[in-house]
Amino acid sequence: MYPAAFEYHAPTSVKDALRLLGKLKDDAKLLAGGHSLIPMMKLRLAQPGHLIDLKKVKGLSGIKEEKGALVIGAMTTHWEIEASKTVKAKVPVLAEVAGIIGDPAVRNKGTLGGSVAHADPAADWPAAMLALGAEMVCEGPKGKRTVKVDDWFVGLMTTAVKGNEILTAVRVPAWPAGSGAAYMKFPHPASRFAVVGVCAAVTLDKQGVCTRAGVAVTGAGTKAVRAKGVEAALTGKTLDAAAIEAAAQKAAQGVDVQADLQGSVEYKAHLCRVFAKRAITEAVKRAGG
Amino acid sequence: MAVTEERLFGKAIKRREDPRFITGRGQYVDDVKLPGMTYAAFVRSPHPHARIKKVDAAAAKKLPGVLAVYTGVEMQVGGLPCGWMLPDIRVPVRPVLAQGKVRYVGEPVAIVVAETPFAAKDGAEAVRVQYEALPGVADGKKAHAPGAPQLFDEIATNQCFHWTIGDKAAADAAFASAATVVSQPLVNQRLIPNAIEPRACVASFAPATGDLTLWVTSQNPHVHRLLMAAFVLAIPETKMRVISPDVGGGFGSKIFVYNEEVAVSWAAKTLGRPVKWTAERRESFLNDAHGRDHVTEAEMAFDREGKITGLRVKTHANLGAYLSTFAPLIPSYLYGPLLSGVYKIPAIFCEVWGMLTNTAPVDAYRGAGRPEATYLLERIVDRAARQLRLDPAELRRRNFIPPFTDGTPYQTPVAFAYDSGDYEPALRRALELAGYEQARREQAAGRQKGRHLGIGLSTYIEACGPAPSAVAGSLGAGAGLWESGQVRVHPAGSVTVYTGSHSHGQGHETTFAQVVADQLGIPMEQVEIVHGDTAQIPFGMGTYGSRSACVGGSAIVRCLDKIKEKGRRIAAHLLEASEQDLDFKDGAWSVRGSPDRKKAWGEVALMAYLAHNIPQGMEPGLEATSFYDPVNFTFPFGAHVAIVEVDVETGAVKLLKYVAVDDVGRVINPMIVDGMVHGGIAQGVGQALWEHGVYADDGQLLSATMLDYAMPKADGLPSYTTDRTVTPSPINPLGVKGAGETGTIASTPAVANAVIDALAPFGVVHLDLPLTPQKIWKAVAAAKR
Repeated sequence: MYPAAFEYHAPTSVKDALRLLGKLKDDAKLLAGGHSLIPMMKLRLAQPGHLIDLKKVKGLSGIKEEKGALVIGAMTTHWEIEASKTVKAKVPVLAEVAGIIGDPAVRNKGTLGGSVAHADPAADWPAAMLALGAEMVCEGPKGKRTVKVDDWFVGLMTTAVKGNEILTAVRVPAWPAGSGAAYMKFPHPASRFAVVGVCAAVTLDKQGVCTRAGVAVTGAGTKAVRAKGVEAALTGKTLDAAAIEAAAQKAAQGVDVQADLQGSVEYKAHLCRVFAKRAITEAVKRAGG
Repeated sequence: MAVTEERLFGKAIKRREDPRFITGRGQYVDDVKLPGMTYAAFVRSPHPHARIKKVDAAAAKKLPGVLAVYTGVEMQVGGLPCGWMLPDIRVPVRPVLAQGKVRYVGEPVAIVVAETPFAAKDGAEAVRVQYEALPGVADGKKAHAPGAPQLFDEIATNQCFHWTIGDKAAADAAFASAATVVSQPLVNQRLIPNAIEPRACVASFAPATGDLTLWVTSQNPHVHRLLMAAFVLAIPETKMRVISPDVGGGFGSKIFVYNEEVAVSWAAKTLGRPVKWTAERRESFLNDAHGRDHVTEAEMAFDREGKITGLRVKTHANLGAYLSTFAPLIPSYLYGPLLSGVYKIPAIFCEVWGMLTNTAPVDAYRGAGRPEATYLLERIVDRAARQLRLDPAELRRRNFIPPFTDGTPYQTPVAFAYDSGDYEPALRRALELAGYEQARREQAAGRQKGRHLGIGLSTYIEACGPAPSAVAGSLGAGAGLWESGQVRVHPAGSVTVYTGSHSHGQGHETTFAQVVADQLGIPMEQVEIVHGDTAQIPFGMGTYGSRSACVGGSAIVRCLDKIKEKGRRIAAHLLEASEQDLDFKDGAWSVRGSPDRKKAWGEVALMAYLAHNIPQGMEPGLEATSFYDPVNFTFPFGAHVAIVEVDVETGAVKLLKYVAVDDVGRVINPMIVDGMVHGGIAQGVGQALWEHGVYADDGQLLSATMLDYAMPKADGLPSYTTDRTVTPSPINPLGVKGAGETGTIASTPAVANAVIDALAPFGVVHLDLPLTPQKIWKAVAAAKR
């Protein structure tokens, strides 16, 4: 309820925010919605000396199309993504993911950038980012750089962002015609985070053969990961129920499944397979398969 | 006696208190602001069981804003009392702040008082406590085993009490001659209450007068005052005022006297400044009294016709590390006597071991003993139906107690004499509303296609308004179980009602006003309900056990009888008529046969205070006080039906339909009763499917936040279908029974039975609560192997 004392900063430009970050270093945390950080501070699990609120920083919010991709500002809220016509037209699965995060209060405040930078192992966005092949745009003292999502999630609540950088945008490619994607999750009964969540995207050719698949799992392990075994098993196949079932069997491979009150390793691995099957089935349907 | 005029009784009048609640104008304890206010934070044990080697508060005391740090060494006051004694009970001393040892995670060790809540919290973090960790035990049955960690040297085997009810020989004989015996071990898991308003207190001491004022989130301010003044602080009750303003839910957890309000009161007196403490949610999880936590072996005997002939129950009740205020009552007299349910059971024997463990104290939580008994009974009856290959509705019908509605009570073999009951119509109506036959057909068809529907029944009895006081006293109560009421008529005719009941969400300001306005024939706007302040109301017992309408309401009715009696004498005097010839209707006394000769309520009230022309010898004024001690409990009952669908691939349960038919006697305000039933069902479904206060084996609480402890949410619940049958209680003037807990009592077994029914094709006959997806998946997977 009562966090330890901290200094609050509200810069209005990325430049100013970076300058503050450079000065305060590890004693500062970036505030990007605050739906994870503030509760941690109230429980005193996090006690940063400084908060740099990105809310007033210009240019960090909004959704635009750019060269076959959606560029979403890091401070864009889940609700803005859920409600965006552009998103629904170009990468509709993002609206689907956004719409089942937490509850309306969380979605109105929480941001895409905040979520992927916080990298909670049970967050929903990481699965979608990995499955779709997103890129993270970071800005630091030396300018911008782009990090491929496969290199982004490093470990438990750890990403490739550097201490002197700010994640400013996320670039999500729009998949070509004949593609479909879906996100399915088994929500935690209390927190609504994903006990297991699977995002699947497929592209089918005119014969219904899968030419590309992206499948990623969140919730089960210490970080979200791509289910590369599943992707390989889907690619080049006609995705009938049997092919999907067979591919989904590989969903827990490479996931360092963690046991907790919600389930044993065995149960959660099983859920990975079930939700992979369900997400792929829906993605194929949406792809017109 | 009976209600004379019913313009308002039975009407769904909107709650008068709601506008202030929904516009943020409620006044809760945390809203109390006093000049010079200071704030408290507590240092709590992180260990389930440990010796305190040293407390070092030096660094904390140096922090800016910190005023004082007190430990159990400085704060020498009495221990927190236990208000219910059982034969041969061993009661451990429960210190306000730990003395030498801590026995559960969250036990208060020190209080820090500071100028701001932030500084207090900083101070609490800076207090260094050296502990020597000891082995702990969290499970009530394991605590009984040889070699288990001992909480108190003086309480061997951690056993507080061993309590029995019923006739063992008769029960044994029933089992010896039974055609069928159904046995089922079952766990009624620990729950954590989570009222929306966390517990809070503000204490202010006036050195000039020696008066202590305590604002506290209490369901029973007088009980708080009595226990704190007489047993803990050793001050006269006249020097202590307890005020419980608006209270945002309690579910039992705000009945009890806790460490915090005592420590805060002592600190306020010692420091000479007011002190406020409001629980953080995590503190609520750690230190609010928890509910349930039984480990039970139950067996039921049947004859060849499927009639129940006997029931034997052995329960280990986990009481936590210390005895909370009414802890011993819950798994004894509010549990064993409920075990006959709505069934004719010739022989019952129940024994209970009350156990101490390294967990938070356990006490009354919505239903308090009755949900535990009902879950046991309804689960084993359902289990028996499967074993006997009978429809669960049919097995229940065969065993119902026949109707008794003429005022002759039904005597069970476990102490209770039910006031009135007619059980079959409620079940019939519930099955009709649920479309039972059709649902069974859909279930059969679904199973062919791999769709798993389950239908669960629960036919329950509830016991409200524990009474009478003399019997309660003989069973160990440290308090009476009557209620007070006071009605004060003002000269212009408006009425203030002082009630010992205390709303923490029940809507007394509306329902009691309906009753009073009806009986006096005046508008509700002329009636004000006052509660929750020991300086205003007569000594009262408060609100719990669904007692407010049947006991508190009856006390008010008794006052109204006295008021109307005096009013009639004044009216007769003014009309120069005989009292026997007067009718009281629409707020006026008129002479029978000449309706024009009448005196309105307001005229009589005014004359009572002018006293210019009242009967000779009569005292002026118009007010009455009553202390109503009922002759018995009331016994609501009903039938609930749940229909669920289980996704056997994941184990997820979806509640598709819920039907509740309750008989709570006469209903003052159906909207309020529906509200209580709805909330109760949600809470009971929560126990069936989601909620679980999980302790690790050694006593570390693993579900201590809202991220881990799954409360019911609206999207997990269907729209309920509710209906009622009405069997008035013959034991109180309003004919009411009580509606606060029926939903919680009935819904847990209804949903559990539905889930187990859905899993019948897999041979699953029982799973313990909560019915989590993992448990269901495991059971199904095991059956498939």
